[in-house]
Amino acid sequence: MDAVLLSRLQFAITSTYHFLFIPLTLGLSLFVALLETLYVKTNNDRYKQMTKFWGKLFLVNFAMGVVTGIVQEFHFGMNWSEYSRFMGDIFGAPLALEALTAFFLESTFLGLWIFSWDKLSKKSHLVCIWLVAFASNLSSYWILVANSFMQHPVGYTINNGRAEMVDFTALLTNPYVAGQFSHTVLSGIVTAGFFVISISAYHLLRKTHVELFTSTMKIGLVWTIIGLFAVMGSGHLQAQSLVNTQPMKLASLEALWETKNPAPFTIYTSIDQDKQKNSAQIAVPSLLSFMVYNKPEGEIKGLKDLQITSEKQFGAGNYIPDVPGLFWSFRIMVLAGILMIAVAFINALLVFKNKLSQYPIALKCLLYALPLPYIANSTGWYVTEAGRQPWMVVGLQKVSAGVSQNITNTEVWISLIGFTLIYTVLAIVAVYVAIKFIKKGPETPLQSVKGGRV
Amino acid sequence: MDLNIIWFILITVLFIGFFFLEGFDYGVGILLPFLGKTDTERRIIINTIGPVWDGNEVWMITAGGALFAAFPHVYATMFSSFYLALFLMLLALIARGVTFEFRSKDDSPTWRNTWDWTLCISSAIPALLWGVAVTNLIQGIAINEKMIYVGTFFDLLTPYTVIGGLAFLFVFIFHGAMFLSLRVENSTMIENVRALSLKVGIVAAVSFVACMILTYTNTDLFASSLAAISLILAAILFVAGYAFAWLKKYTLGFIMSSLAIVLTTIAFFAGLFPRLMVSSLNPAWSLTIYNASSSVYTLQIMTVAALCLVPVVLIYQGWTYWVFRKRVTAKNLEY
Repeated sequence: MDAVLLSRLQFAITSTYHFLFIPLTLGLSLFVALLETLYVKTNNDRYKQMTKFWGKLFLVNFAMGVVTGIVQEFHFGMNWSEYSRFMGDIFGAPLALEALTAFFLESTFLGLWIFSWDKLSKKSHLVCIWLVAFASNLSSYWILVANSFMQHPVGYTINNGRAEMVDFTALLTNPYVAGQFSHTVLSGIVTAGFFVISISAYHLLRKTHVELFTSTMKIGLVWTIIGLFAVMGSGHLQAQSLVNTQPMKLASLEALWETKNPAPFTIYTSIDQDKQKNSAQIAVPSLLSFMVYNKPEGEIKGLKDLQITSEKQFGAGNYIPDVPGLFWSFRIMVLAGILMIAVAFINALLVFKNKLSQYPIALKCLLYALPLPYIANSTGWYVTEAGRQPWMVVGLQKVSAGVSQNITNTEVWISLIGFTLIYTVLAIVAVYVAIKFIKKGPETPLQSVKGGRV
Repeated sequence: MDLNIIWFILITVLFIGFFFLEGFDYGVGILLPFLGKTDTERRIIINTIGPVWDGNEVWMITAGGALFAAFPHVYATMFSSFYLALFLMLLALIARGVTFEFRSKDDSPTWRNTWDWTLCISSAIPALLWGVAVTNLIQGIAINEKMIYVGTFFDLLTPYTVIGGLAFLFVFIFHGAMFLSLRVENSTMIENVRALSLKVGIVAAVSFVACMILTYTNTDLFASSLAAISLILAAILFVAGYAFAWLKKYTLGFIMSSLAIVLTTIAFFAGLFPRLMVSSLNPAWSLTIYNASSSVYTLQIMTVAALCLVPVVLIYQGWTYWVFRKRVTAKNLEY
């Protein structure tokens, strides 16, 4: 493997790992803020218990998100310095603004929130967690502004051999960012919702803290179901916009080799990327056109035609991304969403009819469904990032041109192995700590140990 | 004054904030296993920086982001040149960041002891590496005409830069000790902090002066009178800080160690100006605030943003220190 491939692998591992934690941070910060709001409004200590319980799990997850986020920032300069030179004029600004507007706010007020339960008034303490929740979600906006430029460049000109910003507002209102931002934040809400209801299911199955977790279950289910419908809606709008912004990604998602009008939606097929054709297709006629244009007809460009257009525009080369990977990732994501809706609905029906305790099987399904949002998040990002290959910035810079020129294979191997090892160890530790606290249930303060070996 | 100069100053300010704040965080982390005799003492020590360490670390992240936005070539060249050093630093920062969250979440003494040493080592690594990095910037590294580093990892480790690393490391430890002496209540602990700071302070002073002499012989920093005065003043104030620690005037000790760090940072940046990275191959190939900068448009936008936002950040971070002004006791420990 060369430095480009190794750097890609390293970046993919870091960002996938980073994004295991980020959606939960986004959603759970809001959920904890909601619980504390209920506590401040009702003065009911149960909500305080809930706030502290979910807050503790939030903190473990948050720490993991922060430390992997630093690695992300450094990667651009370390492995992708030619990209940073070419794009720094545009890409650096949202990153710096993310730090200035969001990271400072989030880290400072989180520190306050953890340590000031009895130092600040109830209301001020509540403001702290809302600021954390606001800042976390704001930071996702900035980084997605940066990412959206890579998918769909706007507001720039090519000058001095690099992309230079000419319209900051265009960058912020990139049509791509609206879909990406809403889909990301909403998937955070769903992830947090599923996290909450799955863990509540665990305690209800064990019949521990039943009252508390029944009440969390109810809040969590309403939260999750609203989130699921919203996330599907935003995903739909995002996919619709691809026909204008990234037709190649759209065609790859659907493994659509030939331009078609109306275009069918393929449920299953066997894809041969080398021969550029599919076999054994199960498809619903006209459905893709309908999904994209809201009417049963409309042309969807196929991969072969898009390849020809790209070659005319950018010169010889292969412009088609990994079609089977995109096709199946997209379907796995959608399937995970459908399963989440089903599980959440069944449990909601039972819990609001007070029949949940009679059907432990429903709770078990809910418990084992916890990986679903994580699967959907990871496959979703795979679609986004693999779908812009071979481009780093669509139409402007290829991935192979973005890598640092001075780093050696040995250096990247060392860092790749080092990061992967520490990520693995930390994942085990984080899951160990989280499970310990989940099992323990609400509120027991940390203790000093006697006779500690020092 | 043009925007490039404003951004040079802003970057300097961000690094001043970073070294001043994370300086004592690193110092406290390094001192933890040496000063905490019991688990409660160790928890007290961790809790002195518990509420603020993450906010302090953001100064470094912001400095990185600001370099990316204002001087993308510096960001690109610096981060790719220091590849393995930054890899080590990242491993340390990852371990350090989760330590706070994980350390007290299990009652096993082995578990806690392991994390305590993790915090110590993972605080020492970045402290040392930043010293190596800063001295490399001014000494110059093998940057070619395309702004690309052509040396290796081991070329970055010269006697001068290693001494620079040690100077940063030990000054931060002393700084951390001064911070601790103001943040813990137990008088025995304060006495222990003082005893250790008097030992560490000597090593710090010696390595700082050695670094200063090597800076004089190896770099052109003293060509700038602002840099020269700042660096010499920093050394004098550091020694004054040591004297105050000896006299048990800890507030003054902390003020002096803080000023020494601030002035050292000013000295190195003033010595660099208008360069940000010096090329050892050809002075014309150095990265400057002009040949490495973003477009005027981007700098304008970022200037407005930074001038509005940095004061706000300073206000609320300052307020945090006010909220946590009381010394930390064994009661109500969070971490």
